[in-house]
This record gives sequence, structure tokens and C-alpha cells, in this order.
Amino acid sequence: MTTLHPDLGTACAKTAVRLAAQGLTAGYDQRTVLSELNLRIPDGSFTVIIGPNACGKSTLLRSLARLIRPSAGEVLLDGSAITSLPTKQLARAVGLLPQSSVAPEGITVTDLVSRGRHPHQSLLKRWGREDEAAVRQALEVTGTAELATRSVDELSGGQRQRTWIAMALAQQTPILLLDEPTTYLDIAHQIEVLELCTQLQRQGRTLVAVLHDLNQALRYATHLVAMRSGEIIAQGTPEQIGTAELVQEVFGVAARVIDDPETGRPLVIPRAPAPD
Amino acid sequence: MTATAELFGPGSRPVRIGPFSAAVEHRAVVVTAVLLLAAAAVAWWNMISGSAMLGASEVIDSLLGRADDGAARVVLEWRAPRVVFTLLGGAALALAGAVFQSQTRNPLGSPDIIGFSTGAYTGALLVAAAGFTGLWATPVGAVLGGLTTGAAVYLLAWKRGVSGLRIIIVGIGVSIFLGSFNTYLLTVLSLEAAMSVATWGAGSVNDIAWVHVLPLLVIIAAALPVMLIHARDMRLMEMGDDAAAGLGIRLERVRMVQFVCGILLVSVVTAAAGPIAFIALVAPQLALRLTGASSVQLIPAAAMGAVLLTASDAIARTEMIPVSLPVGVVTLVLGGAYLVWLLVTMGRSRKGVS
Repeated sequence: MTTLHPDLGTACAKTAVRLAAQGLTAGYDQRTVLSELNLRIPDGSFTVIIGPNACGKSTLLRSLARLIRPSAGEVLLDGSAITSLPTKQLARAVGLLPQSSVAPEGITVTDLVSRGRHPHQSLLKRWGREDEAAVRQALEVTGTAELATRSVDELSGGQRQRTWIAMALAQQTPILLLDEPTTYLDIAHQIEVLELCTQLQRQGRTLVAVLHDLNQALRYATHLVAMRSGEIIAQGTPEQIGTAELVQEVFGVAARVIDDPETGRPLVIPRAPAPD
Repeated sequence: MTATAELFGPGSRPVRIGPFSAAVEHRAVVVTAVLLLAAAAVAWWNMISGSAMLGASEVIDSLLGRADDGAARVVLEWRAPRVVFTLLGGAALALAGAVFQSQTRNPLGSPDIIGFSTGAYTGALLVAAAGFTGLWATPVGAVLGGLTTGAAVYLLAWKRGVSGLRIIIVGIGVSIFLGSFNTYLLTVLSLEAAMSVATWGAGSVNDIAWVHVLPLLVIIAAALPVMLIHARDMRLMEMGDDAAAGLGIRLERVRMVQFVCGILLVSVVTAAAGPIAFIALVAPQLALRLTGASSVQLIPAAAMGAVLLTASDAIARTEMIPVSLPVGVVTLVLGGAYLVWLLVTMGRSRKGVS
């Protein structure tokens, strides 16, 4: 069964929702990328947004993180527009792993991860016990504890990405947004990061990620959002919407969808061009 | 706490007193203390040396009000304001350099490279060309010139927010343009006016009096607390706008506050002493390397700026050099060497450029 309709299937309408977009219209300068988009992020899900290049998936994620101000509509957190919330309060609820960040030269893993505590700190309270506990926990969860005093410059790509995730975790937000967390990583490190995401989701966090790899999205997401030209084409569980029709409609690629022998989830295999 | 040492390495320790808590870096504290002592020592050396042949005992007597009028005048009216000015002015330039380098995420993003000093000079020249004279004409022109240049660079570099590299490129362009404009202005000024402005334009603290120190003191007292309050936001912004925004930092507000403070600091020093090159460029980077920190630190940078400017003044006044050098020439020579080194190392490894 395919749900090729923006109005989502009944399955997730019943689930609790903390983060949602309502009539969201957003873009850059004069160019509108998203227009009147509605989206509800099921609480406790690992939601993955997929779609071809320039379909607006990053713009959507950046709007959810308030990096882009909507020209119309709202992004709602617990029912109130995020543009009306104090920035630090929002940063205590929604964490972000941006696509490109710069680690200051020579910074240690602990120093970087500690920066995630900023929304919980104030002019006087700059390094409390709960800050230390949160950083310690973030290092342990991401497996970077043994790298704590190392300089971020010396780390491998995978270790570095785990350090950035640790920084976002130290922020201790119930919702975490990840903009292409696997880009530039080799396959082993991609899997490492995605397994970590699954682990975090199972521990009760809500994750929203933009991913490029369709099969990874189908394999790891609990909720999938497919976009094309600034619109949501379909959303639902990978099993519900992971069909050949969807791949054709969203990416314009003829493909077969089989059951992944490892997980039983849908697996997309592009068709070979007809020999002529 | 051994556990903290595992977390941070041996150099850091949490300090928690009542509602206050912070992680304190030993090395930064020690380096700052040593730099402040060095600045004080060089400042004292500048107090007790000079052509008037007044040594330590006369200086102490003058400070305690026990010396005769002649000695007291040399010490209190001539030497003291100059020494205080080099200490505060060096710190002010370094603070400005620190915020601009942090905001542009680039060691080249210093106010003397991106045109603010040149703009302040243009302001002074325009005031002279318009025929204004008097004590306040040059300083007011310089401050207006600096602020206008800052606003122009900021607006020209604006595109969906402001990026560091664009500020530097636009700033260098504006600086080159204003530099040639300054040369043109010098040729149209009357000889006398041109001479007076050109002396100022070399960057000299020879004629500094208390009347110059006071505005500097006021601006530092106003700007420094504001800059310190925003210092941590500023350091987090070095990770990129998205990461900082995700941590709840209001980017444009922090940027605007730090820019205005930085330009005011540069302009007030430039207004009194002319464009003193390279302190703003060099001091924050040297402080960064000495403290081993990963992000620009304001207080160590300010201490380093005070050391550099007082030391440059000591060199400029030394009797081994037959001519009396403007301090701006000394900083130009020292800083020029640093700039060449910086460009060479930046070219070799991409570190430090982002």
C-alpha cells in the first residue's frame, strides 16, 4: 500500500508530536524553496528526510532549527512558534548537528563537547557539576571518552563526526536534528554513525536527519519523509512508503524494491538500462 | 578531582564558589600574569628613561609629589600619559584585533588589514582638507572615518548575514581604495596641513597628553565589560554560524556588538596616536599561541597588546637610534615581518584559514 499523499497516514497521527511545521513557507532571499509545507515529527522517532538534490530537505531541517526564518507559516515546538521562544530555551529543547562546522585549531575533544553545554550555562554558572556529568555521558555514549584529551585535528573522520555528535548530545535536548551526518564518511563510519543514531532513538530521543543514501534511510529510519521540489510527496514507515513507485516519483529512477535479506526492510535496486 | 583531569587533561580545574562556577585554564592564567608583569616592567623602564635624565628616584619622588616643579612636569605631564597611553592603547588595539579575528575566523581579519585604520586616516585627512583645525579636529575625523569605513565594509560584505572571508576581501579592497585616496588628499592639502597630518599618519605617541588618555580610558571602561560578556558567544561562533545558532546564540546581535566595540577601540587609539599598525594583528595570535588555547582569548590578548606597544615605544625612544622614531614605524617593522611569516605558513598548511 502506498500513501502518496501529504496528509500522513493514520499511523502517526495518533502519536505524540512535539515538533511540527505548519503552512511553512521558507527560502533564501527572494527564492521560495518550501511553500506551505505541513509536517509532524512523531515523538521518539528516527525521522529521515530524503529527496533529490535541491528538493528543499536541508532547507526544511534548517527551518526546524530556526536557522532560516519562515516567510509564512510556523515551526511549532509543543504548540508554540519557535520564533517566539528565547534562543537559549529553544537550544535546550532542539539540538543541531550542522552540515559543516569548523573545529577551532588545536581544540581538544572535551573542550569541543563542553561547548554543547552553552544553552545550560550563564554568566556566573559556567561549569557546574551537571555540565561535567553531561559531557562525560556524551563522551561515553559516542565512544569518544578515550579520546577526551586528544586534539580534534588528529582524529579520523569518523571519530570527528562522533565528537560533533557528542557535542550535540551534551546539549541534552530531547530532539536532535542532523544535517547529512554521514556525508564525507566512508561506509564503515557511515554505519557507525547511523547505528549510534538508532541507539539514541531507542534511548528515547527524537532524531530528525537528512540522508542522501536511500537504502540507509530505509534501513535505519522509523519514519520516512520523501520530498521533491519543496513538497512532501509521502511519509510513513519505510515499509509503508518504500516502493518502486515512490522511487520513480521522487527521484525519477526506475528501480526494483526487494526485501533486505538482513533486516526485512525495503531495499532499492536501480534497474539496469535496457540493452540496445 | 582526578576524574576531571582525565576529562580535560592536567591543565584545567573546575572552580565552584557559591553560584559561580568555571573551568580555569592554568596556563592562560599564568601567561596573562607574566604578560602583565612584563608590561608593567617595560612601562616602568619607559618612565625612568628619557632625554631629561630623570631616573628612578626622581620619578618616585614626582609620583609621591615630593619632586621640584621641573621634574614633576616631565614625569607627570610628559612621560606618565605616554606610558599609560601605550599600555591602554596596546590593550585596546589587541582587543579590537581579537574580536575581528574571531568574527572573521581568520588571523588576517584585523582592523589594520581590513581598512579601519586607513579609514580613520582618511577621516583625519578629510577634516584637514575641509580646513578644520584645532585639538579635536583630527580625533573626531578619525573616529568618524573609522566608523564609516566599518559600516561600509559590513554593508558591502553583507549577503544573508556576514561571512568572515567576505569581510576580509571587501576590507582589503576598501583599504587599497582608501589608501590611494589618502595619497591623493595629501597632495591637495596645504604643505603645513599635510606635514601635520602626515606626522600623525605615521603613528606616534610623542605628543600624547592626559587629554588623549581620558577618552581612551572611557571607551575601554565601556567596551571591555560588553566584550567580555559576549566573549564566550564569540568563541562559539568560531565553529560556524549554524553550530553557534544551534547552541542558542543570537549571531547578528553578538556580531554587531563586537564590531562596534572593536571599531570604537581602534578609532579612539588612532585618533590620538595615528594608525599604529600590526598590534591588533599580532597580539591576539601571539597570546593564542602562548596560552595554547584554541579560540581567541580577550584578556591575554589585551595583556600582550600592552606589552607590544610599550616595548615598541621603548625601542622607538632608545638613544642608540639617532633619530626619534614614531612608534608606528617600529610596530610596522616588527609586524611586517610577522605578516610575511603568517602568509608563508598559511600558504603551506591550510591551518588557521577556514
